[in-house]
Amino acid sequence: MQLSDLTTQCSPNWCPGCGDLAIWGAFKNAAVQKDWNNFNTALVAGIGCHGHLLNFTKLISFEGLHGRALPVATGIKMANHDLNVFVFTGDGDCLSEGGNHFIHACRRNLNLTVFIHDNAIYGLTTGQTSPTSPLGYKSKSTPEGNPDTPINPLALALGAGATFVARGYAGDIAGLAQLMIKAHDHPGTAILDILQPCVTFNKEFTHTFYRDNSYQLGPDHDVTDKNAAFKKAQEWGPKQIPLGIFYQVTEPTYESRFPQITKNPLIQNSPERKDLSDLFQKFV
Amino acid sequence: MLTIVPKKEFIPKPFKKNMSDQTFFSIKIGGQAGQGIKSAGLTLSKVATRSGFNIHTYTEFPSLIRGGHNVEQILISREDISTPLQKTDLLIALNQDTINKHAAELLPGSGAMFDADKRIDTSKLVTGVNLYPVPLSKLAGLELLINTVALGATIALLGGKVDLLYDLIRLEYSDKGEELISKNISAAKSGYDFVRQSFADQLNTVLASLEKIEQKMIVNGAEAVALGAIAGGLQFASIYPMSPISGILQALAVHQEKYGYIYKQPEDEIAALTMAIGAGFAGARSMTATSGGGFCLMTEGLGLAAMTETPVVIINGMRPGPATGLPSWSGQGDLQFILHAHQGTIPRIVLAAGDGLDAFNLTMKALNLAQKYQTPVILLIDKNICDDDQSYPVFDISGYQLNSGKFTTDFNPNFARYAQEEDGISYRTIPGTGNFFIANSDEHLEAGFSTEESADVVMQADKRMRKQATCEKEDMQPPELFGPASAEITLVSWGSNKNNILHAIRDTIGVNYLHITWMSPFPTAAVKDVLGKAKHIIDIECNSTGQLAELIAEKTGILITDKLLKYDGRPIYPEEIITKLNSSNV
Repeated sequence: MQLSDLTTQCSPNWCPGCGDLAIWGAFKNAAVQKDWNNFNTALVAGIGCHGHLLNFTKLISFEGLHGRALPVATGIKMANHDLNVFVFTGDGDCLSEGGNHFIHACRRNLNLTVFIHDNAIYGLTTGQTSPTSPLGYKSKSTPEGNPDTPINPLALALGAGATFVARGYAGDIAGLAQLMIKAHDHPGTAILDILQPCVTFNKEFTHTFYRDNSYQLGPDHDVTDKNAAFKKAQEWGPKQIPLGIFYQVTEPTYESRFPQITKNPLIQNSPERKDLSDLFQKFV
Repeated sequence: MLTIVPKKEFIPKPFKKNMSDQTFFSIKIGGQAGQGIKSAGLTLSKVATRSGFNIHTYTEFPSLIRGGHNVEQILISREDISTPLQKTDLLIALNQDTINKHAAELLPGSGAMFDADKRIDTSKLVTGVNLYPVPLSKLAGLELLINTVALGATIALLGGKVDLLYDLIRLEYSDKGEELISKNISAAKSGYDFVRQSFADQLNTVLASLEKIEQKMIVNGAEAVALGAIAGGLQFASIYPMSPISGILQALAVHQEKYGYIYKQPEDEIAALTMAIGAGFAGARSMTATSGGGFCLMTEGLGLAAMTETPVVIINGMRPGPATGLPSWSGQGDLQFILHAHQGTIPRIVLAAGDGLDAFNLTMKALNLAQKYQTPVILLIDKNICDDDQSYPVFDISGYQLNSGKFTTDFNPNFARYAQEEDGISYRTIPGTGNFFIANSDEHLEAGFSTEESADVVMQADKRMRKQATCEKEDMQPPELFGPASAEITLVSWGSNKNNILHAIRDTIGVNYLHITWMSPFPTAAVKDVLGKAKHIIDIECNSTGQLAELIAEKTGILITDKLLKYDGRPIYPEEIITKLNSSNV
């Protein structure tokens, strides 16, 4: 498999320098390395600038409604757990409109890989505040400053029971691709929050800001220690933005809890049920 | 002025020793929520069907778990019975409330059995009602066994076989231990023996075994939908609990492992439908179910399924709204909402079931239609259909064939998922086949890439709506006309009013009934043909504006001005329909 196999008739329409371009590039590199193809993979996106990615990536996909990428992906995975299912979503998509689905996806532990394109702004609707915009942040919808305290996606995922919680940065394409692979290889729901600049509407969280203030979690961080992960997730500020895997433990996947799909994916269980006399007799 | 001749069984008859000539015998058992009214009703129903009779039950209960007033009517007949009736022949009162609330239904000659240990005041009953005081509490010992004692007492009074009751107790408690079985059996026996001794000269033969006993199932509509789904090849269901459809998910949850499908409880109705859509996209025959309030949350998913052309079935069990409305009562107020839900224009198939058996068959059909037309199919039922138990011959699925429609797993490097087709239906494929396309909620090209070009937009919009026209030609069924082709009065209605109306007009002359099942696409020509010739039309519905009449007006131009509308959560009883017929000025 080559990068060109993933090319479609559509060219990216993101702003030059958009973090989405880098996330897209990292994903394609990971896909080529791991041979994620149309026989083994399905992509799901929500609505937002991130969702355009499906048009430029030749992997079968479902572009859902704003906020609803996760339940669509849940249905796909439960119907056919042999598929690699990747969810592309945004901070507005999965933390605002789809917040409920995010919490419940984290607690279920289906083997889903979730990439949050987190630019702390609503880009597609041209610059309103998002759930990860800082307190006091000035935007078109908050000209006097954001009155809401931001959601911490990592802490939320940890609290909701996710078994893999990580943060990446869109400026590091090679590192992000490796993090995407680790997220994919994790058996269970993997939440990868990806810091990305919105070069057009977010003048605060720029490439320079992220480059200057982020650092990689080192070997001294115990990824199996939930309290340590939670503490690291609270860090934010000058030189204080950790990147890497915050938390990773192995627990039974959601799909493994259904005996009827331990042998085959659900869609391979025949829907032909010619004789239901046993069932009908229960009502006699 | 037309005089409608009422059937003789609407004329109250004395409750006498031999009740077998009462064509439809009505037992009503009432008590507090938590006293096991519903389970006692089902057990009594099974004693009746195992003695060769048909049954229909109707339950009223408040939206709470303990306390409040629960009542169940059990109608027993040698004939088909599929409707509640206003009359009560035997009232079984486990508390004072039951007497107070239903005293007016008891006419001279009918009977009232009540707990003699509870100082029940029967002064509200008219003279001539036969009283059967039974010391239910004392015989039961435990409060939990009172309903079982009452069952034994009832079977004695009605001349039924008490062994059938013992069999059912053994079956019900088979996994709960011998002690519980023998406690229940001795409770039943104590009630049975007491009545046999105390009222020896008043026993009758209402429940005496018939010579010919055919095997019958007793199912309510919620169970019928679940059974229809299993028979229809269901692979994935995500359903958020809500009255009145929780019985569907509970029935599905029990049998999933054996039949290899999945029932998943989602976080809300938005997820319920979008999960089912995801599963449908991945190739599973999928469905969800909800009531009107939950359907409000599903309206965005409805359009998503239509836009991405993903098969999905939605069961909507109606109860009165708006908002939380009357959670545990029935209504027909969702029709116009379901027909118009979602922004823009989408192809949708909307069917309305008339009873449990209809719901069973239409659920199977809906799963096939969703696959064939790759668009949402909505089946309307209501609380009465969901909760009313009814006896049917054992369901027959031998005539059912799964249909996956235009579907392929063959690899095609240039798969055109939304290719232009004359019938509007393009070949569908699924992930994992090597085929590429985008199931795109944005307007899209044939492979699913987003587009905003004028010609593409119009082409895809037209293609989707051609499916509606194809369905009209290939699958839509005309409405059913019951009764004479020419009549003085033509009734028109839908849903669970069907059997109530048919019961009401059994012995009338000059009345026919048009029952409509297909709401979208709508059988305009056939409806116009019948109603255009009708001399006088009465629209009968359980909503406050006559939503079917509005649909008929929209499609046919025929305005119906005479309506019988009821929207208090209760069914329209056959007796009320007779009264309406008799008061119609024709």
